[in-house]
Amino acid sequence: MDAINSITNANAEAVLFYLFAGMAAVSALLLVLSRNIVRTAVCLLFTLMGVAGLYFLLHAEFIAAVQLVVYAGGTLILIIFGVMLTSKSPFSKFQPSAAEVAIALSVGTVLLGSLILALHSFPFPTAEADVQGKYPLVSLGQALLGDYLIPFEIASVLLLVVMIGAAYLAKGRRHEEENFKFHRTPASKTMREWT
Amino acid sequence: MIITSIPIAADVPSFSLQQLIQDQLGLQRGPVLTLVYGVTLCAAIFLPAVSLVAMFSIWWERKVAGHIQARPGPNRVGPIGLLQSLADGLKLILKEDLIPASADQFLFRLAPYLAFAPAFAVFLALPFGPSFCFEPMLNVGVFWILAMLSVEVMGVILAGWSSNNKWSIYGAMREACQMVSYEIPLGISILVAIMAAGTLNMVELGHMQSGGIHTWLIYRNPIVFLAFFVFFVASLASNKRAPFDLPESESELVAGFHTEYSGLRFSFFFFAEYAAMFVVGGIQTALFLGGWNDPFGIIGYFNHSLNATYAADPSIENAIPILLLNCVAAGVFVTKAMSIVFVQMWIRWTVPRPRIDQVLYACVKVLLPMSMLLLLLGAIWQLVVPEHAGIPWVDYNPWDFAAWVQTPGGLASLITQILLTLVGLTGFAAVNGWVVYAILTGRGHKQRLTDPSPIDEGTENLVKA
Repeated sequence: MDAINSITNANAEAVLFYLFAGMAAVSALLLVLSRNIVRTAVCLLFTLMGVAGLYFLLHAEFIAAVQLVVYAGGTLILIIFGVMLTSKSPFSKFQPSAAEVAIALSVGTVLLGSLILALHSFPFPTAEADVQGKYPLVSLGQALLGDYLIPFEIASVLLLVVMIGAAYLAKGRRHEEENFKFHRTPASKTMREWT
Repeated sequence: MIITSIPIAADVPSFSLQQLIQDQLGLQRGPVLTLVYGVTLCAAIFLPAVSLVAMFSIWWERKVAGHIQARPGPNRVGPIGLLQSLADGLKLILKEDLIPASADQFLFRLAPYLAFAPAFAVFLALPFGPSFCFEPMLNVGVFWILAMLSVEVMGVILAGWSSNNKWSIYGAMREACQMVSYEIPLGISILVAIMAAGTLNMVELGHMQSGGIHTWLIYRNPIVFLAFFVFFVASLASNKRAPFDLPESESELVAGFHTEYSGLRFSFFFFAEYAAMFVVGGIQTALFLGGWNDPFGIIGYFNHSLNATYAADPSIENAIPILLLNCVAAGVFVTKAMSIVFVQMWIRWTVPRPRIDQVLYACVKVLLPMSMLLLLLGAIWQLVVPEHAGIPWVDYNPWDFAAWVQTPGGLASLITQILLTLVGLTGFAAVNGWVVYAILTGRGHKQRLTDPSPIDEGTENLVKA
């Protein structure tokens, strides 16, 4: 029992860190190397889950849950939905040309290099911050609706603009299709006719 | 009144079950022990519990369906057919594991696990009792459950896509658009309740509602009362339960996203669906219907006094009552959640299935504006009618109405809560009375449109045939 108890918090956290980081890194590699669109989406899911696990390790539970809700539950499903609606063959594959590969490689290398440089030059705090058991959620909410209200509202207005734009585009296209009539009959009316 | 003479507990610490067990066994708290505890809990309690809940719900669903359609339902295997699910499970395990030749093999195998694992992970945050929650410190408990429910859809979508079958893909597409749209009213209606409570921690939510039926969140204000029903409808859709079971509508899509699945892989989807039903019932219980608390606040009162005793003297004699109390609390919680599951089944076998465009219309043009309006009204209500803040039995005595009225904003909140409780209880009694009336008089009704003519057993007719 002493042997078990002697394993410290830091050791266990390190093990979990390598687990989640490895999961994120391996699935990210598979994401880049796979050519099947839906498979890349699944790899992205595991990458996002690994990153969410890292957030949990850092006691950033809110960010972790947001990561899962917004990216894994929302964006990823929309990506797959788009693929399902648009792809012509059942298992459509990426066919990148040599030029595309070259551009992607150079952009990726530059990004990686700048990230490594930034990580080395940034003075990270080395002392362990005591965040467990506190309520960062409350302070986060107060900051978003207090000090950072204007950026927060600007972001939401931006999203609203995007939504209206998407709805406008979709509506403009629908007017051309005369066959799409059932969208104009409200469901309740149709239900009333049935019963 | 005797009730008002009960002393209010001071600010006492609350012990989680894992703390209790570790203290009593003399183990030092550490990361490894927590991990061991978690794995044991998952393997020994959660996995069997989830399977048991799913198997029981499947049997129950068939029984409910049977009685609603005037037939007995499963009644051959075991007493009143209770072992039917076990027999079905055995059959599913023995079946051949078929994978279509043109399917995406890897994704086809992966999908059932992706559908089942999140439904299992949700149990991490469900509060079965004041100390009976695996992760009581999870400050984003409600959000975590939402996240897991939204990840669960991935399994369904992948199953439909990888089957390489048009019915499956139609099912998966319907699931995707239905889930993405119904998630919004679902989340917003949760937000309305969270605004009234002021915390996302599931255990704290339970403590807040521990003072009896009038302190349950659903009766806090009329906006939360309405949000409960919005949440219920949205949760039916996000769980792909009838009338929103478009992803597997068997009358048009064979079996929807799991057309190609057989044997054990099929049963994973089935288990995931029933586990998700229980989870959604659990969220409604924990968020709106008082969690583990009984309608009189007895569990809440004894929880605080027992914890205070244990804090003063951490001996085994003081630990056992806490364990027992948590078992009772878990029983209350499961009963409440299963009642919600029963209502889901009831609706499934009563309401016809709409078309997909009607389902989306109901979300985007009815539920979404309604939930937005509720969010706005809920915020205004918080401003206009001040809440009676605090945890029952710790900050105030929930049954001492005279003291309650004297607190700032006490009168308005007390009247609202009592009135809403009466409305809720009346509704509950009316529905139950209706059901009892139907059970009592149903036998007398004619069950078939035309009664079959009696079988003629005369020998001369046999010769003619």
